[in-house]
Amino acid sequence: MDYNDSDPAPGPGLGPRDEDLLPASAEQSVKVVIVGGFGVGKTTMVGSVSEIRPLTTEETMTLNGVGVDDLGGVETKTETTVAMDFGRVTLDERLVLYLFGTPGQQRFWFLWNGVLEGALGAVVLVDTRRLEDCFAAMDRLEDGGVPFVVAINTFPDAPVHPDDDLRAALDLPGHVPLVSCDARRLENGLVM
Amino acid sequence: MTGATGATGPTEPSGVGGRRSRRPRRGGGGAAGRAVPLYIVTGGRSESGDDLDSLLLDLVTLVVARSTAPDAGHSPEHAALLRVCQHPISVAEISAHLGLPFSAVTVLLKDLRAGGLVELRHTREAQRQAAADPDIETLKALIDGLQRL
Repeated sequence: MDYNDSDPAPGPGLGPRDEDLLPASAEQSVKVVIVGGFGVGKTTMVGSVSEIRPLTTEETMTLNGVGVDDLGGVETKTETTVAMDFGRVTLDERLVLYLFGTPGQQRFWFLWNGVLEGALGAVVLVDTRRLEDCFAAMDRLEDGGVPFVVAINTFPDAPVHPDDDLRAALDLPGHVPLVSCDARRLENGLVM
Repeated sequence: MTGATGATGPTEPSGVGGRRSRRPRRGGGGAAGRAVPLYIVTGGRSESGDDLDSLLLDLVTLVVARSTAPDAGHSPEHAALLRVCQHPISVAEISAHLGLPFSAVTVLLKDLRAGGLVELRHTREAQRQAAADPDIETLKALIDGLQRL
């Protein structure tokens, strides 16, 4: 199949393969975050751009009743685990780009301190059949002051809308780029 | 872990528990498969959110070992961490390769750094500043690098 599953296959052993090692001169890294709803193609986009097989990092977070459920004064404390797939592109001898695909179906991913902070930018990946799935992520990016582009992943059976209609539906300011892409193709991922 | 790991297609599981249980792990990690509980790995410590240390480690901070041998008193996890960072590697990659959560890796890394065993390149503080005020040279290198792909 021509897409990457959200679950990267396990590697042969501990540590990176020899061919995946960064040059000893690597000293600076930049971070781009791909956000979007469930099944929209985040992992596929990470995989199509990455030079390494996508990896997964996770974090366990304790939530002190994050103000979503009012349980009538009962103090709530729950734990949740958020996992993110990511890939890497070595840009030159000293600069490395990391791409993180955030789990759109998990409500609390943005609480992972530092995922958005320090990100150079973000790609909001949109499926026109489920436009509303990306609204929460866009709110987070605007709150965090992270510059982003909106990319419509062109699924074959998804309806095609004029850009003006999409901009209106997404309440997109004029300065935010809106592009179409095929997340499976490297050259499309790079346009971002 | 479970038979579900062979599933194909963009079928992200809806619940956290489902995702954990079907995710393959290197090094036998993951909550269910982890031989040693996390609080043992970190010596009962967790990352404190608001001290100066929190400015240190970003997901993409690069780590390079300054030694091949851990100090006496370091755990097998310290040793494993030192092994994977003989070449520059990001904190996120270390977390993935060792099957440990990001926060557990940061605790171990602070120990190693205190002993002078690792060097940190491009800390969270540097990331923050670079994102707030990206310098033109870096952006040019980014665009050049992407166009070469």
